[in-house]
Amino acid sequence: MTIELRCASFEPLVELGRYQVSQGELQGRYGATAIFVGTMRDFNDGEPVRGMTLEHYPGMTERHLQRIVETATQKWSLLDALVIHRVGELRPNDPIVLVAVWSAHRAAAFAACRFIMEELKSKAPFWKREDAATGTRWVEHNTPG
Amino acid sequence: MGIQVKYFASLRDRLGRAEDRLAATEGMTVAVVWAALWPKTPLPPNTLTAVNMEYASLEQIVRDGDEVAFFPPVTGG
Repeated sequence: MTIELRCASFEPLVELGRYQVSQGELQGRYGATAIFVGTMRDFNDGEPVRGMTLEHYPGMTERHLQRIVETATQKWSLLDALVIHRVGELRPNDPIVLVAVWSAHRAAAFAACRFIMEELKSKAPFWKREDAATGTRWVEHNTPG
Repeated sequence: MGIQVKYFASLRDRLGRAEDRLAATEGMTVAVVWAALWPKTPLPPNTLTAVNMEYASLEQIVRDGDEVAFFPPVTGG
């Protein structure tokens, strides 16, 4: 299980491939990989958005991401999980988050990937500030789904 | 040691600072920490609170050396 915060842009599928081959214990055992990638849009609330800053609470953010993944491993039979989340300055099309989950069968992978993502959105201390045409503004709440 | 207080995101911008420190008193709660530092500013609705990086209620007791944080709803992912 690996949690990472990144302050520079990353390629989710490259990271996924690299991680998957590096995990010796996974080899031959996983039958299902579920992934979610969140990407920055160039619009929000009907307005163009040029950039975004992602703030976090150093220490608390990592601790809660770790706990969310641990909870998922208690609820489902998982072989491994990887969460990478951006902080700092982002531009449209930049990946924000990668969640990847490996299991023997698809049901656990699909369910755990969704669970980790929803828990992350409601519990992990991150805050988005958008650079929109009308100035910068804090995003006040997440979209429901 | 005292209590270390942190503010994040829009709340920090609104308050104009990121951190405070205050002396702990017997039976001090998270709500009392806020009231002691911001007597004229009601805690904005929906503000989340944490003690030592764990979510906490306004009634939670804080002790000398604790870190208390106030922040708006989270918007990651």
